[in-house]
Amino acid sequence: MAPFAPVDATVAVAVAEPRLAVRALDAYYGALRVVRGVSVDLLEGQVTAIIGPSGCGKSTLLRCLNRMHETVSTARVEGEVLLDGRDIYARGVNAIEVRRRIGMVFQRPTPFPTMSIRDNVVAGLRAAGRNAPPRAEQDEIAEWALRRSALWDEVKDRLPDSAMALSGGQQQRLCIARTLATKPRVLLLDEPTASLDPLSTQKVEELVYELRGEVTIVMVTHNMQQAARVSDRTAFMLEGELVEVAPTSRLFTAPADERTEAYITGRFG
Amino acid sequence: MVGLTVVAAIFATLPLVLILGLLIQKGASSLSWDFFTAMPKPVGETGGGMANAMMGTLMLIGIASSIGLPVGIGAGLYLAEHRGTKIAFVVRFLSDVLNGLPSIVVGIFAWQFLVRPIGHFSALAGGIALAAMMIPLVTRATEEMIHLVPSSLREAALALGYPRWRTSLTVVLRTALPGIVTAALVAVARIAGETAPLLFTAFGNQFWSTSVNEPISALPIQIFTYAISPYDEWHSLAWAGALVLLALVLVISLIARFVTRSRFSGGHD
Repeated sequence: MAPFAPVDATVAVAVAEPRLAVRALDAYYGALRVVRGVSVDLLEGQVTAIIGPSGCGKSTLLRCLNRMHETVSTARVEGEVLLDGRDIYARGVNAIEVRRRIGMVFQRPTPFPTMSIRDNVVAGLRAAGRNAPPRAEQDEIAEWALRRSALWDEVKDRLPDSAMALSGGQQQRLCIARTLATKPRVLLLDEPTASLDPLSTQKVEELVYELRGEVTIVMVTHNMQQAARVSDRTAFMLEGELVEVAPTSRLFTAPADERTEAYITGRFG
Repeated sequence: MVGLTVVAAIFATLPLVLILGLLIQKGASSLSWDFFTAMPKPVGETGGGMANAMMGTLMLIGIASSIGLPVGIGAGLYLAEHRGTKIAFVVRFLSDVLNGLPSIVVGIFAWQFLVRPIGHFSALAGGIALAAMMIPLVTRATEEMIHLVPSSLREAALALGYPRWRTSLTVVLRTALPGIVTAALVAVARIAGETAPLLFTAFGNQFWSTSVNEPISALPIQIFTYAISPYDEWHSLAWAGALVLLALVLVISLIARFVTRSRFSGGHD
């Protein structure tokens, strides 16, 4: 199954700037060091996939990119993550501001059960409290975000209904719409299709493919075919370390590191 | 073995059935419109009702709820959000002890620290004594209900740039609200029939009163007073009062059950 056109990654890499630059990042749970000295550039407008076996630290790395890691007690981060050149871990930087610029979608759909479909989409805008845009503008943004998430046609007639009535795949696209509504610079996807059926998975993948260019996407996945289908660049992690990052077509055909080759040919993990 | 458990199950419900039957047999004949609207009549006169006691019970529930619910819900939220801390452990433990405290002890305590310094019995003192019984119930139930809210929802809100307090209020507490309402109703049902904490605080009052600063009657006090009197007329009024009290508790429990059901039916598609 190869529903998308192959990506000419070499051309894209040449023009892309790093939107997000990770520098010597260590992440801990208590004394356990789960991310070990990772440095990687995440290029503007590109989709970067992070692959690796379970427990390799790929989700933790992702959670360090929008300061979600620190919401767990005993969790700790060392190193730098530069968003457009500014360290999001620098003193005086507000984690809440960071999270508004770097959106995140999780493995399981997380619509807010007490909110309507419409309110779910604009939930991030309303997080600003009094500074939230007026209702009419919220409606416009909601429609824009739902169209961007290829969900508008399915839900336009039932915006006031509970979001829980949607299917799992629709809920996940709703969560993507909710994140897009805040117009983030970077979109982090943590195994966004792990709980979805094949058809819903394909829709989310198409969506990721279409969003490239507009927003920088980092996607953790345990599915190598998925990484190959939708990403421009792929990073391989093993035991907390970043083994290799390369244009996707090259990483899967001519990996530089023998551990990468062992993993993608299925010899472990 | 199954037979034994069936017998046990029947015996578990038997007391309520017997009590209800007895109350209907003894009390239903004294129930009339007058019972709800008329004041108690002096000894020797027939008729009369418990209007003042019903008003008193409503007032006491009102006072107790307006203190007990905010404190209990706030404490429950604190316990749920700061699970592992030492303070949470202490508060949780003391809450459980207070929950197990005999109600007469709460009454004596309220007498010593409220009634004596103020100099007289009052509805306020009674309401505070009832609130002291309500708080641990509401606290622990709120904590449990908040635990049922998936942590993924909290994460989703944080990742959208919600500050912690807004996450707690608009997502976590809001999602747990039906469960908390149920717990609050159960707590109200529980204190509605309490007698011991009122004996030294609200004290009882033969006359109509809506002042928080004066002694006030309540259904359980009135039942107690009438039941230990030597007059047959008062005895049957006491039975009727008991029936009304049981009906009140039943209705509150039914509402609580209804709220619980709508919570669980709304969560799935």
